[in-house]
Amino acid sequence: MGRRAGAPEVNAGSMADIAFLLLIFFLVTTTIETDAGLDRMLPPIEPPETDVIIKQKNIFQVSINKNGQLLADDELTDLKDLRQKAVDFLDNNGDGTCTYCKGKKNPESSDNPTKAIISLKNDRETKYSTYITVQNELVGAYNELRNREAKRLYNRTFVNLEEEYLSPESKEKLDEDALDELKAKVKRIQDLFPQKLSEAETSSSN
Amino acid sequence: MSKFAKKKDGELPAVSTASLPDIVFMLLFFFMTVTVMKDSSLKVENNLPNADQIKKLEKKDRVIYIYVGKPTPEFAGKFGTEPKIQLNDKFAGPSEVGDYILMERAKKSQDLQNVLTTSLKVDKNANMGLISDIKQELREVNALKVNYTTVNGDAFSNLQ
Repeated sequence: MGRRAGAPEVNAGSMADIAFLLLIFFLVTTTIETDAGLDRMLPPIEPPETDVIIKQKNIFQVSINKNGQLLADDELTDLKDLRQKAVDFLDNNGDGTCTYCKGKKNPESSDNPTKAIISLKNDRETKYSTYITVQNELVGAYNELRNREAKRLYNRTFVNLEEEYLSPESKEKLDEDALDELKAKVKRIQDLFPQKLSEAETSSSN
Repeated sequence: MSKFAKKKDGELPAVSTASLPDIVFMLLFFFMTVTVMKDSSLKVENNLPNADQIKKLEKKDRVIYIYVGKPTPEFAGKFGTEPKIQLNDKFAGPSEVGDYILMERAKKSQDLQNVLTTSLKVDKNANMGLISDIKQELREVNALKVNYTTVNGDAFSNLQ
């Protein structure tokens, strides 16, 4: 009797399943865009109680003028050479106390990476984009050295190590011991080349 | 063989629309989850510079944003073309940054108040003078963790 009633309706019962499948697929694959940038710590406003005397050779002075020209250790430097210069300075190992450094041991340059300080000074009229490029290169210099040590010690780059440590996923995936181990590794590399980047107050140009 | 006999008579059946609500709900949920509420509309130009040694800003609830840039054309008549600071929805001078940070900090829950990051979204063409003023203000209210928010890209392309 039903044969006469035309073609049977398409079964739509599974449509909901397909819909949910798609929903879950998108939920899992979509990553909400996160902002990214250069992390920096500003110096606290109270001056340190004890005056620390820092040898001139342990300071790598970088100044940017209002035209975006760069003075690194009293030499006019091209921005593209800044990273290599900073690496040479940090890795110099002037007094031979750094066992992992591969620098030239120039007595005129920094003693030890833990003592080396990079000081960044800029003009009030320096363009922000130039400033960011310089910051980027200096962070790049630290990352280059840290990557080298992380490769030697743990056979992976520091950037990769830190990313795993900071990402929220690894907090869920790893148990406490593994997380502590990761933290210790990151800390160890950071201590080999501590990021000492001082930002002096801006000078005004007249 | 009669089992498979085609019915020659009758129209094509209408496509079932029973699953339409499911599809609509699916889309709804999808957009609900991926949409980030924008709490302030940008009144300044905001072309962020490029950098490649960047770290991600996870956890949006721990971030306070400060925008800097030239006012957009519709506000340029009123506020001029010099780079300005935008806090929430209005323009502000450098001296208001400290109060803003303290206010935003007070809004966050107690356990987050010490781990806040200030994200500086600054236009490429802004001058460092303004940024230095902001940094000075941030130091005064002890908001020392800053993130110069950038776009992932070659840093040297900033210089053109």
